[in-house]
Amino acid sequence: MTADVNRAISSIGRTGAVFLALVVLVAALWLGAAVGETAIPFEVVAKTVANRLWAAGYPLEPIDEGIVWSYRLSRAVVAACCGASLAVSGVVLQSLLRNPLADPYILGISAGASTGAVGVAILGLGAGFLTLPMGAFVGALVAFVLVSLLAAKAGRGTAAIILAGVAGSQLFNALTSFIVTKAATAEQARGIMFWLLGNLSGVRWPDAWLAVPAALSGLAVCLWHARSLDAFTFGAEQAASLGISVRRTYLALVGISAMMTAVMVSIVGSIGFVGLVIPHAARLLVGVRHGVLLPAAALIGAVFMIVADILSRILIPGQVLPIGVITALVGAPAFALILGQRRNRA
Amino acid sequence: MMLSAKNVSWSAGGAEILRDVSLDVRAGEFLGVIGPNGSGKTSLMALLAGIRRPKSGEVLLDGVPIGMLGGREVARRLALVEQQAETGERITARQAVELGRTPYLGPLSPWSPEDDAIVEAALENVDMAHLSGRLWHTLSGGERQRLHIGRALAQQPKILLLDEPTNHLDIGHQIGLLDLVRRQDLTVAAALHDLNHAAMFCDRLAVMQGGRLVALGAPREVLTAGRIRDVFGVEAEVDHESDGSCHIRYRAVGPPHPAVRPARLESITGRVS
Repeated sequence: MTADVNRAISSIGRTGAVFLALVVLVAALWLGAAVGETAIPFEVVAKTVANRLWAAGYPLEPIDEGIVWSYRLSRAVVAACCGASLAVSGVVLQSLLRNPLADPYILGISAGASTGAVGVAILGLGAGFLTLPMGAFVGALVAFVLVSLLAAKAGRGTAAIILAGVAGSQLFNALTSFIVTKAATAEQARGIMFWLLGNLSGVRWPDAWLAVPAALSGLAVCLWHARSLDAFTFGAEQAASLGISVRRTYLALVGISAMMTAVMVSIVGSIGFVGLVIPHAARLLVGVRHGVLLPAAALIGAVFMIVADILSRILIPGQVLPIGVITALVGAPAFALILGQRRNRA
Repeated sequence: MMLSAKNVSWSAGGAEILRDVSLDVRAGEFLGVIGPNGSGKTSLMALLAGIRRPKSGEVLLDGVPIGMLGGREVARRLALVEQQAETGERITARQAVELGRTPYLGPLSPWSPEDDAIVEAALENVDMAHLSGRLWHTLSGGERQRLHIGRALAQQPKILLLDEPTNHLDIGHQIGLLDLVRRQDLTVAAALHDLNHAAMFCDRLAVMQGGRLVALGAPREVLTAGRIRDVFGVEAEVDHESDGSCHIRYRAVGPPHPAVRPARLESITGRVS
């Protein structure tokens, strides 16, 4: 399968592949804006975008235009950024740590974000100045810094990073549970639970203007280091002997992954499985060279998340499921399939 | 003189691994580094390759401290083949060799047809061209190690550093691999376990013991029955041939070595009391 996809890419050329990827992404966004409780024709979606971007002046129902532009499209854009960021972070961390179970949350970021979120939402930290996403972002960074310091103290090896991440995650998850059981009302507990499972309901354009640059800059930095990541195939020692500055690469790539993940978690909560499963799916499709793998994972992650969001909105009429439930429901069997396939091929 | 260690020391976790080692790797020679497990061979290789910094002393590459040259510059001049570097990634034989071009590539200097040619030549050189499309985990230990050498050759270095490259290979592959290395027009420094192979392939041997360099010279001068007993704790006879080569025959099981036994007894009594 890998060879087929690579042959397809080389036959249409690099420009063709990029063009195709953009077409797929736009189609997914289009779908995300059209499908929902009230189905809106694709044509109306296109006209809305034309009206908003180029003031094309098509006469449309204001309510349709409002739903497409203010609710669904912003949501789909954020979903795409979130899926892409988590998938790219997953690829980077799995490669750097040489651990197939690494995911963006291994650095304690989601645990820290949830503690930050409950700190703001339940304990009222920040005295009204901090919003819940800001609290989550601060919490994510605090957890990441703590985990990094612990890992550095433990010797900076890949096992040290993973163990420090596990310890940090446990600590912050325990703090979150402690705060929720001690101080939250039943209503608050339910709200926090919903947020922790990932939720795109409140997402609007200002969130997109944060998510888009974070995702694009993150992808760009990782792509810049694509060859360095390749050099880690046989471990950090060989990367060093191939002239890679191991320490600098770790700092840059772990840092940018943490940044991307923290931004996404603060906007939509901690959506599981995307950062773990999509990298493996992308590797099976396009192989292990990061120059191709990173953009492929970003695209698959983006499309997967848009589709998961659509499903979360339409699966139960009149109710929005947490998107994390969908990604895990789809992700867990997908992961099982991937594992089965790995074994068959080995 | 191309690569030299000047009074280098190195320690890990409070234990001194290398103490005050000085040696030159001469242009064009095949230098063997021998010594028992834990004598510091691997650490010495890592220091010579510039991937570890000595605690004191310095390593000079073409007269310049290796830490002053950038990693990429070093990787273009010398290549290191580690002991059994492994991967769980699904890479092909060819992709493993392509990694050797890393020090020449960057975001702004992409892969070129010239890189393709170099990789193909390296695959030919290590006799792996016919398996270039095979996945790494389907290859044998000998094939994997040949690919590591191929990757090192793709770096187009002047110096090749090998850390126990023949570990876990059968005798045919061990000799084949060392012969392959010998045929390259390169300066080679290799940590080796087998003293007969060291005698067969190396121009000079460096003998390590307890982190120190205890002897350096031609195999026939360095490999004496007395030194083998002192360093390895093994009784052996060394036969010298008229062509200047030598080979070693180990005695089956001799009386326990006096230098080893008291230490063991001490540790046992220490534990009891």
